Amino acid sequence: MRFRPLHSAPMLISLLMLGPVLAGLLGALLPTFGWLPVLGGDSLTLEPVRALLATPGLARSIALSLASGLLATLLAMLMVIGLLSAWSGTRLFRWMVRMISPLLSIPHAATALGFAFLLAPSGWIVRMISPELTGWSRPPDWFFPHDPYGLAMIAGLTIKELPFLLLVSLAALPQIEPRRTQNLVRSLGYGPMVGWVHAVWPRLYRQIRLPIFAVIAYASSVVDVALILGPTNPPPLAVQLVRWMSDPNLSMRFLASAGAILQLLVTLAALGIWWGGERMASRLLGCLVQSGLRFQRDEWARRLAASLNVAAVLLMLLSLGGLVLWSFAGFWRFPDAVPVSLSLNTWMRQGPMLMEPLYNAVLIGGLATVVGIVMTLATLEAQSRMGKRSGRSAMVILYLPLIVPQVAFLFGLQLILLTVNASYALWALVFGHLIFTLPYIFLSLSDQWHVLDPRYMQMATALGRSAWAIFWRVRLPMLLRPILTAAAVGFAVSIGQYLPTLLIGGGRWETITTEAVALSAGGNRRLIGVYALMQMLLPFVGFLIATLIPTLFYKDRRGMTPADR
Amino acid sequence: MTNTQTNRMPQEPMMLEEVKIRLAGDCLIHLSLSVAAGEVVTIMGPSGSGKSTLLAYIGGFLPPAFEGEGRVWLDGKDVSSLSAERRHIGILFQDPLLFPHLSVGGNLAFGLTRAVKGRAARKASVCEALEAINMAGFEGRDPETLSGGQKARVALARTLLSQPRALLLDEPFSKLDADLRVRMRHHVFERARSEGLPTLLVTHDEEDARAAQGRIIRLAPNGMVG
Repeated sequence: MRFRPLHSAPMLISLLMLGPVLAGLLGALLPTFGWLPVLGGDSLTLEPVRALLATPGLARSIALSLASGLLATLLAMLMVIGLLSAWSGTRLFRWMVRMISPLLSIPHAATALGFAFLLAPSGWIVRMISPELTGWSRPPDWFFPHDPYGLAMIAGLTIKELPFLLLVSLAALPQIEPRRTQNLVRSLGYGPMVGWVHAVWPRLYRQIRLPIFAVIAYASSVVDVALILGPTNPPPLAVQLVRWMSDPNLSMRFLASAGAILQLLVTLAALGIWWGGERMASRLLGCLVQSGLRFQRDEWARRLAASLNVAAVLLMLLSLGGLVLWSFAGFWRFPDAVPVSLSLNTWMRQGPMLMEPLYNAVLIGGLATVVGIVMTLATLEAQSRMGKRSGRSAMVILYLPLIVPQVAFLFGLQLILLTVNASYALWALVFGHLIFTLPYIFLSLSDQWHVLDPRYMQMATALGRSAWAIFWRVRLPMLLRPILTAAAVGFAVSIGQYLPTLLIGGGRWETITTEAVALSAGGNRRLIGVYALMQMLLPFVGFLIATLIPTLFYKDRRGMTPADR
Repeated sequence: MTNTQTNRMPQEPMMLEEVKIRLAGDCLIHLSLSVAAGEVVTIMGPSGSGKSTLLAYIGGFLPPAFEGEGRVWLDGKDVSSLSAERRHIGILFQDPLLFPHLSVGGNLAFGLTRAVKGRAARKASVCEALEAINMAGFEGRDPETLSGGQKARVALARTLLSQPRALLLDEPFSKLDADLRVRMRHHVFERARSEGLPTLLVTHDEEDARAAQGRIIRLAPNGMVG
């Protein structure tokens, strides 16, 4: 058979997902046992592991990572269950979905910064109700963010993961026909919420299991949100790791490697605990089915679900509003609800400083997006020509970089890139971002690709057009909107990346996100507001372009409007 | 492949020789058939009898799950080993499948054979094709704004512009309402005859079969010729 370069695309994309993760883990595993010849480690020893275990506060760091991973995911998931089971199809539900979709694209760091501004002792909420309701003329003395139990971090992660889990569920639901199933169970006398949990949830859960695992892994190993909201002494494990990784003392690299492997184990432990929880929950659900309890009076639960979800969205919106306000604030004395004056001062002063991180962010994000789109299209086209679709194992490979903690394999990857002298190079950085943009681009585009009626392609073939002509003249134009949307998703993911930029860029590539996180320690709210706002704006502009281009392009083509798809 | 087979010249423009289609080992279709120029042969059968699969095999897009064998002869050439786009076999589906991102004129130009060269000549061909279906001046229209009958006519015109040597009709009238169906049948069969195209019609509608005025082949539920 003739060699067709296109047909190697699916293989290439799998390698691109698997390679860096495995290499990165190996790159961390060897120094864990003392092997890193560049730094003089040429014999196997358990010294790094011993040093790691002797770190004061390590147990607490691990506990914080586990708790934030499991609790944030559990809370967000329960809120999604509450909303879907009690409010599907209502006006409240449509409002939630409309509000939440754009929130998904906002980088984690910006959300966390806004959240901190809102709820801090001198934050916006306290200012709104002081001194009238509280009598406070000075900020109260509570510990937020950075509270020692990590509550701020868990709350921040919960409201940030809620949109993700909700949208993933909405994408999976139509295949399950939730309405009909729920109605059937209700006709057997079950309350709407418990009916939904019996009839729809188990099947939905099977479909969104991988995204949920990704959320657990993310929340148990996140760095930027933990830096902004999490406890500082001891910090969650991932933050501790980054401290070691950026320590000027190079011998700390051994300790950091051991830590990276520990982080992998902690995340695996979180997933294992979750897995045990799944078993227990399904047993419980089984007992509930056996008991035949109907739970017809679930009014209180419906109200609770609604208030929690609405509160989460309002918190997000207020957080982001607060960021905007701070960036334009002139003089703003403590108990005042709004600044005395608004000014462009911060923006004017920061304008020139913003240019380089903005340029870098757009350059890296743009390249990672273009490469990701090209590879995704090549893979999908190759699959179509070979008459194949990605199976279950392909999904696992795609999710691998989202489930193995970033901090665990990126550090090893950095060490490898250092040894081959490629660190800090633009291509290495783009590659580092690609590992994370590619899965999202692929996931967002592949469904739309396969939904396109294959008879259009058969028709074009019967008209005598070659496979490539059909790709360029039928598939691409017909899929312009989903392709651009996938690109905007990829771009937004790249803009939000903190750790890959920091580690692989070696601190030499400042982006809006690395600057915003670096500034968060300083406490200059006006300045942080400016950077966080830019962080929100970039993905927004991406989605705006992705909506406008097809609309302009196809303004006389009713069949190409999104409602039709 | 032996020499005797390659050299044997079929008598008719389109011939199916010992075409067999299998799904998971079961034989769905086993058929030999010749269709004269301008003749419309109707293949009837209940759904699941594999009649659409037969058209897919002839057109060259048999889904990978199926196995097909047997030759398809067109104008004395065996096209069964050619890729679909080189077979010059036009096909019409239940839906007109006009490309929604192109104008009506764009759809026709997409279909127009590359043998017509030069901007002006190609434009003129599209223009003529529209006149032939009483839709002169529709070049710039959005296909989505056309009526059902207009869409169906444009779809046929697009296929004819690609200068096919045979025509496959996969229940093309089943989604039209009764009145329109009668007129479309007339239109399609007349064009097929006047172009001298050997035509295969697949349907489960007796009316379609009668209107085609040609031979009728009935497939049993298991796909064998009954």
